Amino acid sequence: MTSNREKLVLIGNGMAGVGTIEQILKLGGNYDITVFGSEPYPNYNRIMLSYVLEGSKNVDDIILNDWNWYKENGITLHTGTAVTRIDGESRKVIAENGLTADYDKVIIATGSNSFILPIPGSGKEGVVGFRDIADCEAMLQAAKEYNKAAVIGGGLLGLEAAKGLVNLGMDVTVVHLMEDLMERQLDHTAASMLKAELERQGVKFAMGKQTVELTGEERVSGLRFSDGTELEAQFVVMAVGIKPNVDVAKASGIEVNRGIVVDDYLQTSLENVYSVGECAEHRGACYGLVAPLFEQGNVLAKHLSGAETKPYEGSVVSTKLKISGVDVFSAGEFIDTPEHTVISAKDDWKRTYKKILLKDNMIVGAVLFGDVTESANLQKLVKQGSEMTDDIYADVMGTGCCGGGGAKKTASVESMPGEEIVCGCNGVTKKAIVDAIQDNGFTTVDEIKACTGATRSCGGCKPVVEQILQYVLGDGFEQSAKTGICGCTTLSRDEIVAEIRAKGLTTTKEVMNVLGWKQEEGCSKCRPAVNYYLGMIYPDMHEDEKESRFVNERMSANIQKDGTFTVVPRMYGGVTTPEDLKRIADVSIKYDVKVVKVTGGQRLDLIGVKKEDVPKVWEELDMPSGYAYAKSLRTVKTCVGSQFCRFGTQDSMGVGAMLERKYERLDFPAKFKMAVNGCPRNCAESCTKDIGIVGNDGGWEVFIGGNGGIKPRIADSFCKVKTDEELVEICSAVMQYYRETGNYQERTSEWVERLGLDQIKSAILDNEEERKALAQRIDFALSQVNDPWKKMLNDDSTRSALFEKAEIR
Amino acid sequence: MEAARQTYAAGKVQDYLKQIGRVVVIEGKELAVFRTSGDEFYALENRNPHPKGGPLAEGIVSGHYLYDPLYDWKIDLRTGEVQAPDKGQATVYPVHIDGDTIFIGI
Ligand SMILES: Cc1cc2nc3c(=O)[nH]c(=O)nc-3n(C[C@H](O)[C@H](O)[C@H](O)COP(=O)(O)OP(=O)(O)OC[C@H]3O[C@@H](n4cnc5c(N)ncnc54)[C@H](O)[C@@H]3O)c2cc1C
Ligand code: SF4
Ligand code: FES
Repeated sequence: MTSNREKLVLIGNGMAGVGTIEQILKLGGNYDITVFGSEPYPNYNRIMLSYVLEGSKNVDDIILNDWNWYKENGITLHTGTAVTRIDGESRKVIAENGLTADYDKVIIATGSNSFILPIPGSGKEGVVGFRDIADCEAMLQAAKEYNKAAVIGGGLLGLEAAKGLVNLGMDVTVVHLMEDLMERQLDHTAASMLKAELERQGVKFAMGKQTVELTGEERVSGLRFSDGTELEAQFVVMAVGIKPNVDVAKASGIEVNRGIVVDDYLQTSLENVYSVGECAEHRGACYGLVAPLFEQGNVLAKHLSGAETKPYEGSVVSTKLKISGVDVFSAGEFIDTPEHTVISAKDDWKRTYKKILLKDNMIVGAVLFGDVTESANLQKLVKQGSEMTDDIYADVMGTGCCGGGGAKKTASVESMPGEEIVCGCNGVTKKAIVDAIQDNGFTTVDEIKACTGATRSCGGCKPVVEQILQYVLGDGFEQSAKTGICGCTTLSRDEIVAEIRAKGLTTTKEVMNVLGWKQEEGCSKCRPAVNYYLGMIYPDMHEDEKESRFVNERMSANIQKDGTFTVVPRMYGGVTTPEDLKRIADVSIKYDVKVVKVTGGQRLDLIGVKKEDVPKVWEELDMPSGYAYAKSLRTVKTCVGSQFCRFGTQDSMGVGAMLERKYERLDFPAKFKMAVNGCPRNCAESCTKDIGIVGNDGGWEVFIGGNGGIKPRIADSFCKVKTDEELVEICSAVMQYYRETGNYQERTSEWVERLGLDQIKSAILDNEEERKALAQRIDFALSQVNDPWKKMLNDDSTRSALFEKAEIR
Repeated sequence: MEAARQTYAAGKVQDYLKQIGRVVVIEGKELAVFRTSGDEFYALENRNPHPKGGPLAEGIVSGHYLYDPLYDWKIDLRTGEVQAPDKGQATVYPVHIDGDTIFIGI
């Protein structure tokens, strides 16, 4: 079908270009659209490559618009096709494989390339940039094969790459030319604090080093510096900067400086050809972040759709490092000169730092480290070049008492223009958020997130979204914006638990009816939570609701992405017998288990069991369920201990197995892990467990609130006890107190921080009566539990409804 | 199109647990069949519309919505439509009940 719509061609299937197309579609711009992208993927969120490397996302998770999106919007997409030039005479875009496309309008959004240092050896195998999925995959692969890595460049990208590689188990050194990290965003003080923090997280640094050569044969084996010293590395990431990708523009005779030169409507020197994103240079500036390119895209989209728009006048950029546990922020100017008035506060104990720079009393820049709650506010103030006032000062620096208060902050969102991007990751404007709130009567950030996508990625924009919510709802906010445990209710966990007790509610349905849930039968967040609270309150009477359990708990096995299941038998204290091992092997062979894996918690995963085989596997294993799927006691990891170890002073294996037998099967707010060690050498790693126990000459030391995982936390020492009986009583009391006061899904690491160690100590250690009562309550609850595998094997109808496929022909 | 469908008996009402999906294979096609707390029945192809796929039968059912078991997408059982901010659609098949027998059209 030929149409008489104008033809729009986009060169570069990245964030800026496709962001612009999305806006054009929203504005109803009437174009036949063709997109060329040199990568073999649909449009993805480049920012999130850092998370892919860190392991918390995979490539599929970061796709922004899948193939279908192009199809549904009638967009012709050529992936894996690099454009070579634009022919302005014949109005054609020409690709390297000979493909051409006619145009009426063209957008060049070819982004940047990693800057590779022009030094000997930089072409060797094992040297990559950090820019696209291919680079990221090269890093993931390298981490499997090699151990020593170097990252050249201590800027944002370099540090995120380094942390990712550390997480992948590599020994990583960041080589940086300057004495300060992120010297283009941070001052000396913040940079030093950042370095110290990253060192604690396992990154090494070689500062003030200029790399002059990469050594090695075909593959890189090391770095040589200008001072003659060397560093071993079988893998090198170059993250020294980016350079705008201007090849297409150059080949087409378009004016190019550092980037492709554009005016305030993103128009290049060639008629009908526009450019946005990292490849563009506007008023002398090239930007390397998404917020400016969304701003550019908005202006261009309106311009191309014939909507009225203000010109693009440049962006104020701010930076956030995406490494968990490292909060840094900077906006505008950050190095103080004699022209500046400097307001700063550094707290070496809390490891926080705050600096605001004023020029003629205007706020021109800010740096935050450790505590970035004021970042959104400061970003706004810098952007607007606001004048410093007593109120703002009190707001951002704190007055030392309870001063500040949220109300004033809405002033800055009030004056924010509607088309300003609030969520840089997802390109959501203030107007989109305000509309979503007004049209749907939203009162929570979660609702806004579900509708617009804002706050969904890095979360950096959440404070501003909250402020907008507060501003739109005005006086109604205080009361209505109280956030409940999920979008279905405004009640908090404590309120729900109190109401259940006070009103004697017994089922999730009753809770939701009586307490006025918005969605009658709740959602996947509140139904499991309420089911847990009911079970915790009435351990003997509550009938567990399978339909309110997440699949893993309902089936007592872990679902995998292909729909098969993982079955994990118990191994008390990580100890097994040759007979059990043999049985596990036999069953694994018989049911064609894909992988048998030793877990971090010392037992065996049988991965890849077909759903309908799961009950048979349990039956033939004839071992108790290991609860690898549950919010319950997972494992008690043990070391060798006094039975065999020459250092051991306590029987860690025996006590570990005893504790695992005692506490297995009971529900907790979240998964629960323990470890028992025979001596302070701590071979079973107590410091990252919910309860960690370390033997010493006179008894045991108990630690609580540790966690490995995504938010690591080292456990706090809780108390020392002399006998095994005291040990059990303390464990019981801690566990039950957590069961009774923890929020559903809240790990003890968060729980300890929320309640404060002192409160838990005083509830349990200073109050013998309460301690004994807690221990009794957990014993009562424990007396009610049964092995789920046995139970299910004895319940034919449930088992067949859950696991069997009904075959019909 | 409708006329081309063939109808199959897929068991009795009581074979299905309320708010818990069940896998039914009809002529080699795998369906996830759900019974809501109000005894309405819905049949979807047992394939997650998420780009990574996976099953649907094991999700959490609330009213006529399903929270899928792998990615927690909210899906309307009546239309298969994925709710915002996610996008996509699962294939749905018509179900009707005669007496206590469930019939599914393929
Ligand atoms: C690991 C990483 C982390 C980041 N973190 C952040 C962050 O936290 N915050 C932030 O604001 N920014 C961050 N950024 C920067 C952000 O991703 C970029 O600013 C943004 O992606 C630039 O968008 P763009 O469309 O201009 O370029 P790109 O997204 O790079 O898109 C350009 C596309 O054009 C294609 N292309 C190039 N030449 C041609 C050709 N001749 N023909 C066809 N196609 C071509 C490329 O393959 C590419 O897909 C990060 C970047 C990386 C790499
Ligand atoms: S923690 Fe002590 S007792 Fe246990 S294995 Fe290590 S050295 Fe031996
Ligand atoms: S800015 Fe990252 S989620 Fe909104």
